[in-house]
Amino acid sequence: MEFGLNEEQQQLKQSARTFLAAECTSAAIRKTMAGAEGHPRELYAQIAKLGWNGILVPEKFGGAGLGMLDMAMILEECGYAAMPGPFLFSSAIAASALKLGGSDAFNSKWLSAISSGAATGTIAIVESADSFDPVDIAASASKTGAQWRLTGTKMFVPYAHVADFIVVAAKNEAADIGLFAVETKSPGVKMHSLQGVDLTRRTSIVEFNNTPAIALDGAGDLFAKLIDIGAIAIAADSLGGMERALEMAVEYSKVREQFGKPIGSFQALKHAAAEMVAELEPARALLWYAAYAIDSGAPDASRAASMAKGLLCSIYSRGTDRAVLMHGGIGFTWEHDMHLWFKRARFNESYFGAPPYHRERVAALGGY
Amino acid sequence: MDLSFSPEEEAFRKKVRAWMEENVAKSGVAAARGSEGEKEWATRARAWQRTLYEAGYVALGWPKEYGGQALDPVRQSIVSEELARAQAPQLLGGLGIAMLGPTLITWGTDEQKSRYLKKILTGDEIWCQGYSEPGSGSDLASLKTRAVVDGDHFVVNGQKVWTSAAQFADGMFCLVRTDPEAPKHRGISYILIDMHSPGLTVRPLVQMTGDRGFNEVFFDNVRVPRENLVGKLNEGWIVANSTLFHERNMLGSSSAADQRFMRLLALAKSIKRGGRPISADPVFRQRLADLEMRTAALRYHSMRQLSDHIRGRRPGTESMLNKLVGTELMHDIAIAAMEAMGDYSMLARADESAMDKGYWPYEWMFSLGMVIGGGTSHIQKNIIAERGLKMPKSR
Repeated sequence: MEFGLNEEQQQLKQSARTFLAAECTSAAIRKTMAGAEGHPRELYAQIAKLGWNGILVPEKFGGAGLGMLDMAMILEECGYAAMPGPFLFSSAIAASALKLGGSDAFNSKWLSAISSGAATGTIAIVESADSFDPVDIAASASKTGAQWRLTGTKMFVPYAHVADFIVVAAKNEAADIGLFAVETKSPGVKMHSLQGVDLTRRTSIVEFNNTPAIALDGAGDLFAKLIDIGAIAIAADSLGGMERALEMAVEYSKVREQFGKPIGSFQALKHAAAEMVAELEPARALLWYAAYAIDSGAPDASRAASMAKGLLCSIYSRGTDRAVLMHGGIGFTWEHDMHLWFKRARFNESYFGAPPYHRERVAALGGY
Repeated sequence: MDLSFSPEEEAFRKKVRAWMEENVAKSGVAAARGSEGEKEWATRARAWQRTLYEAGYVALGWPKEYGGQALDPVRQSIVSEELARAQAPQLLGGLGIAMLGPTLITWGTDEQKSRYLKKILTGDEIWCQGYSEPGSGSDLASLKTRAVVDGDHFVVNGQKVWTSAAQFADGMFCLVRTDPEAPKHRGISYILIDMHSPGLTVRPLVQMTGDRGFNEVFFDNVRVPRENLVGKLNEGWIVANSTLFHERNMLGSSSAADQRFMRLLALAKSIKRGGRPISADPVFRQRLADLEMRTAALRYHSMRQLSDHIRGRRPGTESMLNKLVGTELMHDIAIAAMEAMGDYSMLARADESAMDKGYWPYEWMFSLGMVIGGGTSHIQKNIIAERGLKMPKSR
């Protein structure tokens, strides 16, 4: 019985932290925020050399062939560092879609390219109704001969504007949800960048009009698995981000003095901090379990993924709210970094299913 | 990550579970006492402890030379889990086993060890804990019960409160002030007091549950032999706070939460309103899911700590959270059950219309007592913030 991280996972996490502390500084993040793409390409060139993009990619396509628990180490550190860009959507979610549903021929081209950093992918599921419910997915896929074509409009597609391909959820003629891969340069693809509050993660509206697509294998099953993977990925980012927000609030409380004392000596702030860590640490263990459950094919993997996502995202958004408060006026400024995590928490909470969606999934899959 | 238990551990669990299934119900010691007489209950409770002791399920973490099982942490956790699963009652002699025994093993003289340890285990002697006073609860170190040296005795005057099981106890391990001039933590001694001493009076306190779980204990010139001092004079605070080992029941309390959640879910499925079970109500479902998520998180948090302990990793802030998180979760589960039951939550356990065998109103009250006892949530948060997060003290 060993419930925890092994040596390699601990090292992976530690080295990611060290790397990002040096390379993903506040100045670097703000430069990216101010730019049009919101994508720090130099940083990503270094990340490619580290092999992060290939963590989930099977060795035969040039990756490390590791699992979600290993990827969670990196994602957590990205959350801790507020790392901008498409990494999570590309190397965790899109890469998983290809790994699970792509043909060998397709993957030798695209999954290898993700792994080496040569290509970026992303995922498009929700539409204007902002829902995973099949009733709310209108994008359609039709087959003419051997060629699939997609028509529809997707919203909140992360980094579509830098992606080389997009994994798209659409309904076939039988009204079943399937997943399809579309090259962004294909005919009929139109994009419109959305202006977001979180400038470290950019999203777009993407329109497909009879756009050629490749069907991924697995259909409904693949869709459910992708929800699990996306949920865990965002949960991991939330874990790291919350840890950072708590750390910042606690450190500030030790140095900021009022009424002749550090404000951290006042019980109200102590209790706020204690409550945050008391929620966070058990949720960390839950995330480890959920990632392990996916990796080991445990029967409760989907429930565990939704538990992790629902819990960690609500902890992150409530916690960052508190962390800003604990900083007082300075936490409200653009100049102070606290709002970076505050805004990322909001993105995380909504993206890939807000807590009520995941709680309902826990309930439904649990036979309530 | 490897959540499996070894074949030997699984075989051990099977054996423990079978024993529990056969023996817990037979003991007749229900988890809560109900209306039977106290003396009858206490007799059965002592017999239960002896049965458990003879089966090898008491003092799991004590060294063998002192009558313990010296079980490895995984097996200790398995026994705790199975005890929780079988809803086995808390031991009458539990305080002696968990607190006095380890203290004597670390600090006691050889005479004290041979005099007291065996009977702590068998339940032949029951011990209560004389710590809190009316004026010293959260601020325990401010305690005032005075012990003055008179020849080869201490003379004790004062009062203790919240003394669980004092009405059954043979002895009390007691913190007393032996040097009123010293700074408060340094003038305290740890002494063992015979509950049948002249001048010692036990007065029951009734809990809101209706149970007489704890007591006030008054000392009027109670004479205590000096050899009943444990550790050095005026070093009682250190003695009380540093025992070398503890019962590792980390999985026991997360099992308790699991049990209560499953019971809540079953309750919610069984109550129908507007033609459908409460578990199908969209709002209540969300609440149930949230409680299950917290319960699952606590379970994995416990497993993590067990693993860290097995591997000798130093515990960090995560090890300070268990009491706060576990007790508040169980109280929240009970509150949800009370809300689910609506008007039925008004009924006392004994009423024939009571739902779920009248379990929840008692559990709702008792679980709040658990949030308070052993350091209230507010104290826990102070400890977490100061010792865990290293936030500055308030003084």
